[in-house]
Amino acid sequence: MKWAIIRFPGSLDDRDALYALRDVLEQDASIIWHKDENLGGAECVVLPGGFSYGDYLRCGAIARFSPIMKSIARFAEAGGLVLGICNGFQILCESHLLPGALTRNGSLSFICENVTLRVENCRTPFTRLMSEGELVRLPIKHGEGRYVAPTEELRQMEERGQILLRYVDGNGHQNEAASSNASMHAIAGVANHRFNVFGLMPHPEHAVETMLGGIDGRKIFQSIARGMAG
Amino acid sequence: MRVKVFVSSRHGILDPQGRAVESALANLGFVGVSDVHVGRFIVLTLDTPSTDTAEETVRKMCDQLLVNPTIEDYRFEVESG
Repeated sequence: MKWAIIRFPGSLDDRDALYALRDVLEQDASIIWHKDENLGGAECVVLPGGFSYGDYLRCGAIARFSPIMKSIARFAEAGGLVLGICNGFQILCESHLLPGALTRNGSLSFICENVTLRVENCRTPFTRLMSEGELVRLPIKHGEGRYVAPTEELRQMEERGQILLRYVDGNGHQNEAASSNASMHAIAGVANHRFNVFGLMPHPEHAVETMLGGIDGRKIFQSIARGMAG
Repeated sequence: MRVKVFVSSRHGILDPQGRAVESALANLGFVGVSDVHVGRFIVLTLDTPSTDTAEETVRKMCDQLLVNPTIEDYRFEVESG
């Protein structure tokens, strides 16, 4: 399956995403510069983590106007799969391809740790190889990961099943300590209402090898690839 | 025209920076301080003949880039001359 990883000035995890997809999962992945306008026939576009444009103004606010983003909006509109990780998630929210916004962590601290996540909806292209209620372990590393959305919008998102991942404790229970960035509804990852755009703060690309702490991140990429394979 | 844009976190949205500053002020002994918010202040010069056009342009700037309406509110001042 063909993947495009977008590199913005300030992207950090583009090479990790490339390594995870191409070297570990043997996918046909390549990096595309944000000033390009051509997605090169990709079937899934990945917006990687990092600090695009130095996080100036608001995280993702400037990257949103990169030339490639117009192509990505058209691609998503046509039903193409888009995955935004960390800064990529922030860019997708700023671009209105996903609802809500990501704000400063409740603690004001940068958080770098492994977290437990509960899979809330496995009937999506991004989670199809997981099961409902399954617990996965992925790393997070961000200063602005507190998910915020208007109450009514949150209610609708919950109803439609747009919350795909939630921060929980080791027993799968939601509580304040488990959601260290203080996200509303303990949200770690959301999809749009058509379920072809997915953004998450945790990093699946950093969890693809046992040696590096876990392989749960593979499930997200493999879900996408499996769907495309038919 | 000199334009000043004041951006603050939307009412009801948790503002951890404001909260931290508030408790720091209290720790310093300032009494009676409440409802502290930390926002962003943007100044720019706009080459345009009328205040009306300037206001319209600034509003567009805020809607498209300077402000994220999901989490932020804003107000602005336009000073001619």
